[in-house]
Amino acid sequence: MPESIPSDSVGLVTPELIAFDQPLTLACGRTLPGFELMVETYGQLNAARDNAILICHALSGHHHAAGYHSMEDRKPGWWDLYIGPGKPIDTNRFFVVSLNNIGGCHGSTGPRSENPQTGKPWGPDFPPLRVRDWVNSQAMLADHLGIDCWAAVIGGSLGGMQAMRWALEYPERLRHCVVIASSMKLTAQNIAFNQLARQAITSDPDFREGDYLDANVTPRSGLALARMIGHVTYLSDESMGSKFGRELESGSFQQGVASPVEFKVEGYLKYQGSAFSGSFDANTYLLMTKALDYFDLAREYDDDPATAFTHARCKFLVVSFSSDWRFSPARSQEIVDALISANKDVSYAAIDSNLGHDAFLLPNPRYEKLLTTYLARVSEEPGSGEAAA
Amino acid sequence: MSIRDDLEIILPWFNPDSRVLDLGCGDGTLLHSLHQSANIEGYGLEIDPGQINACVGRGVNVIEMNIDEGLTRFADKSFDTVVMTQALQVMKQPHVVLDEMLRIGKECIVTFPNFGNWHTRFYLAFKGRMPVTKQLAYQWYDTPNIHFCTVRDFENLCAEKGIRVLHREFIAERSVGRQVKGVWPNLFSETAIYHLTV
Repeated sequence: MPESIPSDSVGLVTPELIAFDQPLTLACGRTLPGFELMVETYGQLNAARDNAILICHALSGHHHAAGYHSMEDRKPGWWDLYIGPGKPIDTNRFFVVSLNNIGGCHGSTGPRSENPQTGKPWGPDFPPLRVRDWVNSQAMLADHLGIDCWAAVIGGSLGGMQAMRWALEYPERLRHCVVIASSMKLTAQNIAFNQLARQAITSDPDFREGDYLDANVTPRSGLALARMIGHVTYLSDESMGSKFGRELESGSFQQGVASPVEFKVEGYLKYQGSAFSGSFDANTYLLMTKALDYFDLAREYDDDPATAFTHARCKFLVVSFSSDWRFSPARSQEIVDALISANKDVSYAAIDSNLGHDAFLLPNPRYEKLLTTYLARVSEEPGSGEAAA
Repeated sequence: MSIRDDLEIILPWFNPDSRVLDLGCGDGTLLHSLHQSANIEGYGLEIDPGQINACVGRGVNVIEMNIDEGLTRFADKSFDTVVMTQALQVMKQPHVVLDEMLRIGKECIVTFPNFGNWHTRFYLAFKGRMPVTKQLAYQWYDTPNIHFCTVRDFENLCAEKGIRVLHREFIAERSVGRQVKGVWPNLFSETAIYHLTV
């Protein structure tokens, strides 16, 4: 818990649950009659309403991106290093909007919510979602907040996919698209890791084909294993080596002594898995990983990313991290190549980091400076009123 | 804003509203000037994080890339002009880069330090040491400039490759050179500037 709120923090924040009673037709063909979004905002929307930034979260993310909910919080929001007064996403300049996507398990409508037709939780019957469904619901959120055009839509990983989809689906409604450690589609290896995670969940006896809530159980061990598999792909060999090496948590290798050994890295993974499985919903995890697998930016553009990006009107910043093997720099370079072919404004930075995919959430002086510089320019350029005219 | 002499000379060689790729774009000064003065759009390729940040701060499109690893990702004739200022001599394979520039661009512009300059020749001839001058300010062991050439070398390479020279200009810093650089550019110019096509 913070003894006092740091001066560069957005401070104590309160999430707001916003209800939408308009129906949302999903990519799968089904329609949600209405839905709710859990939302946090930081900073002030200016009079021209042109200083808003949308933060799109990744696989296990949620609305709580910055600040603290109470003085008892052990940690601030998940992207607190990058959002706050004077930070790269500067809340002195921008009005920052962060939400929990539909299908999530942190307050927005999802598998744990009540299905109005049955009066019971949706559970495994919650409609399958695609990235475009999130983008459409985020556009309805923008309408609700009176934001015609975002100064920027920013996302890392799965969040970057949402940002790119925004650029194609609502080209007039964003001036900048910041795509960090992301990809235009998953590789077979990416899908394979997601399948391992899903298999871990569905083979847990407590999963009960997704109807675990009815039975008042949760597939904790399956969810923990899924998280452990995922977590390994977020780190790098080097970062795990420097963090844990071959250090022992307990036991001994001494000959003649029977003392079972546990490596530090084992204990760390167990802790990560256990903490996650106590707070996350298994059906949400299945739904989110499938949305990741299905995403293919250029599918309906003849599989040509350059054709897809011709629909965009915004400027792009693309960022990758050298040791990221989940969405490697090569994936970001493909995005950049397509943007250049489509003759779109784009800058690309390949940041040196040994922290793997997780680097986008962690301190890195060059990355911080780059985002600061880019967004300072965004805040100084003519606003959406002029750009959309 | 004052810009480098070689940049000043090449500015009129770009067509307004055209598309430019700047190899080793540095802090983005050239692309910024081209955009301001002639509505020219383009991208810079750069490898230095500080320079990349400077480009981003100017609103210049910059792509982090090591040119030595190849430019195959760029399609044939996908740019009107490909330009490289004061960077040919740091390339691992300048002749390959030149071929690539002419493949990707309809025209290309190259500026480089002329090692055939009389001052450089005298420095080596009389001091017996690798020239260290204001323009070439590195010691031999830590210089990024690994492929120096002279004006005559470059002309020969262009002739061998069948490259057409559209314009050539030379900059002489010293007053004696300024008067005779047109007659003996290889002897009197410090900087050579070429506008090329195939």
